[in-house]
Amino acid sequence: MSKVEHLEQIIDRFGPHLHDEPYGGWQAGRVIDRVVPTHCPYCGVQCGMNLLVSEEHVVGFEPRYDFPVNEGKLCPKGVTAYLQTHHPDRLLYPLIKKNGNFERASWDEALDLITSKFKAIQSKYGKDAIGVYSGSSLTTEKTYLMGKFARAGLGTRYIDYNGRLCMVSAAAGNNKAFGIDRSANPWSDIPLAEVLILAGANCAETFPILNKFLWQQRDNGGRWIVIDPRETPTARQGDLHLQLKPGTDVAVANGMLNVIVREGLIDEDFIRTKTNGWDETRPIVEKFTPDVASQISGVPAAKIEQAGLLYGRAKTGMIMHARGIEHHTNGVDNVLSYINIVLATGKIGDPGRGYGTITGQGNGQGGREHGQKADQLPGQRSINDPEDRKHVCKIWGLPEDELPQAGVSVVEMFDKMREGEIRAFLSICNNGMVSLPDTNNIRRSLEGLEFNVNIDFFMSESSRYADVVLPGTTWSEDEGVTTSAEGRVVKINKAVDPPGEAKEDWWIIQEIARRMGREKYFQFNNPREIFDELRIASKGGKADYFGVSYEKIDKQNGVFWPCPTEEHIGTPRLFDNKEFYHPDKKAKFHPIEYIGADEKPDDDFPLILTSGRVVYQYLSGNQTRRIGFLVQQCPEPYVEIHPETALKLRINDGERIKVISRRGEGVFPALVVRTIRPDTIFIPYHWGEQLAANQLTNPKLDPTSKIPEYKACAAKIEKIHSRELPILGKGRKGTSLSEAQRGK
Amino acid sequence: MKETMFIDPQRCIGCRSCVSACRECDTHKGYSMIFVDYIDRSETTATMPTVCMHCTEPTCSLVCPADAIKQNDDGVVMSALKPRCLDCRNCVNACPFGVPKYNSAMHLQMKCDMCYDRTSEGLMPMCASVCPTGAIAFGTYEQIVPLRRTKPVNAHVFGNQHVETKVYLMLPTDADEVKVDGCGVFEGRVAMDPGQVGTEESWIDTQVEESDKSNEF
Repeated sequence: MSKVEHLEQIIDRFGPHLHDEPYGGWQAGRVIDRVVPTHCPYCGVQCGMNLLVSEEHVVGFEPRYDFPVNEGKLCPKGVTAYLQTHHPDRLLYPLIKKNGNFERASWDEALDLITSKFKAIQSKYGKDAIGVYSGSSLTTEKTYLMGKFARAGLGTRYIDYNGRLCMVSAAAGNNKAFGIDRSANPWSDIPLAEVLILAGANCAETFPILNKFLWQQRDNGGRWIVIDPRETPTARQGDLHLQLKPGTDVAVANGMLNVIVREGLIDEDFIRTKTNGWDETRPIVEKFTPDVASQISGVPAAKIEQAGLLYGRAKTGMIMHARGIEHHTNGVDNVLSYINIVLATGKIGDPGRGYGTITGQGNGQGGREHGQKADQLPGQRSINDPEDRKHVCKIWGLPEDELPQAGVSVVEMFDKMREGEIRAFLSICNNGMVSLPDTNNIRRSLEGLEFNVNIDFFMSESSRYADVVLPGTTWSEDEGVTTSAEGRVVKINKAVDPPGEAKEDWWIIQEIARRMGREKYFQFNNPREIFDELRIASKGGKADYFGVSYEKIDKQNGVFWPCPTEEHIGTPRLFDNKEFYHPDKKAKFHPIEYIGADEKPDDDFPLILTSGRVVYQYLSGNQTRRIGFLVQQCPEPYVEIHPETALKLRINDGERIKVISRRGEGVFPALVVRTIRPDTIFIPYHWGEQLAANQLTNPKLDPTSKIPEYKACAAKIEKIHSRELPILGKGRKGTSLSEAQRGK
Repeated sequence: MKETMFIDPQRCIGCRSCVSACRECDTHKGYSMIFVDYIDRSETTATMPTVCMHCTEPTCSLVCPADAIKQNDDGVVMSALKPRCLDCRNCVNACPFGVPKYNSAMHLQMKCDMCYDRTSEGLMPMCASVCPTGAIAFGTYEQIVPLRRTKPVNAHVFGNQHVETKVYLMLPTDADEVKVDGCGVFEGRVAMDPGQVGTEESWIDTQVEESDKSNEF
């Protein structure tokens, strides 16, 4: 039903096409009508930026020097972000697929078609036959509305969001250990730490502006311990690089803690009075001597020893981690094993002593707090908790028996599509055909749907499978709040009106709900009204936004939640009083045994494939693969291979080779570099179709967080004959040294 | 203008934010005048940003037959003047740092002018504004140098040519000048005798031994 029949035509019409100059071309001395202070649409650092508006068009940016997090700094994605707004690929009117072709439709036609199909499918198969898949690049108002839309608008239990592919392992680990899910310290604490442990965090490429704080720490005499299978720019700049096998973080973390325990560097007093679970944890840690840890992880024992001593002996220190440790079937274990180090040394809840996950998406934090997660209600409340259900139903005015039970994670939702339990699908702010694991299976799920609706501002690889595509807004065309990775709620401001007939996402969602006969619950006229309801819904929850207002955000350059009252200034550092959010106010150790990746290398698939990002592309690339400058820097994925491994197959730098896993195969140019382990290969994942790294990745989930194992699967590489090469990559340059040189 | 630029290659993460932001400067018309290069990607992720070093006696200007390249009172070496530029590319070939580029579409040499349209009005250049790590910094010597653990060097020796620059390189060395021999090989304290590589004592061994002195606050 929803197959892609005319791919070339779709690409011709909707791109990705490259666009690389501001509206009206590069001009000197343009008259700027207004300067709109806002934030970057991309990662979780949420850098401040000023958009320049001329004749109702966004024509450029100017550094926002007065915003304290980035002080004007931006990465290349941030610098070029404004080029999205008037991009020729923008979707300008609703589209309905007829005979495989997208045809222009009016809003009434499109919305009526959606409601009639949704009603028919729900009356035939039940309320839960519709799946809703949302995202964390939306403003918090929109993410709140998505949760309410699925439960109160459609009455389906099946809603989840793309944060499931991001930091849910960290969220689950934080909740288990601390009873709350937020970075414990503001980033202004980083320069105060003598030693930083950065685990699975290629900050240089994925959170470039965070490097401001990292280098301030360095200038103060601080040291970095970087734990990563690749010598990333961050690892290269660090003092100690623990280059582990992907998936062996538990061994490394337990090994470091083993050294700390052996040397008596633990904080006995803190452990006794502020934590639970040390007695069960210590015996397991004692098994992981540096030698044992080294055997599992491939990191020299001496380095584990040095890292343990360096962090253990420092008076201040912080541990920060990102997707590298979280994208695993034992992602929650990885997180907990690092938190054990924090708790054992008591380095938490003080300036320069702390911990935090570095959340990926722009609103990765806010997007996981207010109810678009399968098992969650606003304010980090649980949909399984009778009290929480009652609280939210009262605010919504919804009868309690109408509030659905918990749904399932997004990967499981796609399983249910193939099983026929989910028949219709509505997605917004995501691109599963690039970002979900095992894309060949994802394609089968989408093709099997009876009806598929997608909301986006560009035609993504996943939009192509939809029956109806509705044009939404970029971040510059609507207002609302986001919460950055340090827990700071910031305000996105509107610069211009949406182009063509494009509409604000909240308007679209609300309009569908209203036409489904649920207008009673959807009476919002603007984002501020949604935010006001959200504030009340979150009141008394862990993520308490009640005291946050648009005005307070402007005045204070952001507000850190929890902010329970209108007088409250917010909470930059959690656990200041060494009280945690479990009922007994103590933090909890978890004894973590090493399990390792689901797929370990064997004779058939002798290498470990890990996936990740490059600085020039954002997530599934739907936004960044259209910006000329960014594409020039990194036009297509490549596979990093160590020269020793390359030599065995006589693979040259720049040569296209086949990479094969148990789920699929792809052809990628080899980047032969000493910066990766000989037993590991790496592919960045931002591309779709036959360039998708996720054709290969393992969809096996962490049992607690349900995050897929993007960061480790078994793979092999093969040399291929030139006659087998697909015709790909016009004008490629810069993917490897030899190509870059030829390109020049 | 007391301010100048400080280039600290150690800090460069290769993100090319500077390259993209340079295009946004009004007078650059969408062209970037800054380069970020991998040193040797097969061996390392290290990268090097290159801006105009704004020489005290600019070679580009000295070799220009049309006197098209002017140095202003602030010591900033400007792009070629459009009416004068002869398309001869002498400057492109002569610059010891490889900075000026010839723009064939515009029949004009273009180079980093320290964002003079911004800096003359008290704004920071685009590259230094956006650089995440401070690998490119703009400010006075007194503002920048005390914050850093690297040494500012603005004397360069290329074979027989001595060049002094307005822009400083921040180097992890105690040398007073950057020397590059005729083959383009860097001669400094950083370049070690190949036999010694790997035998030097790491700071971390000392630090671990001495235990609690693990920081320098």
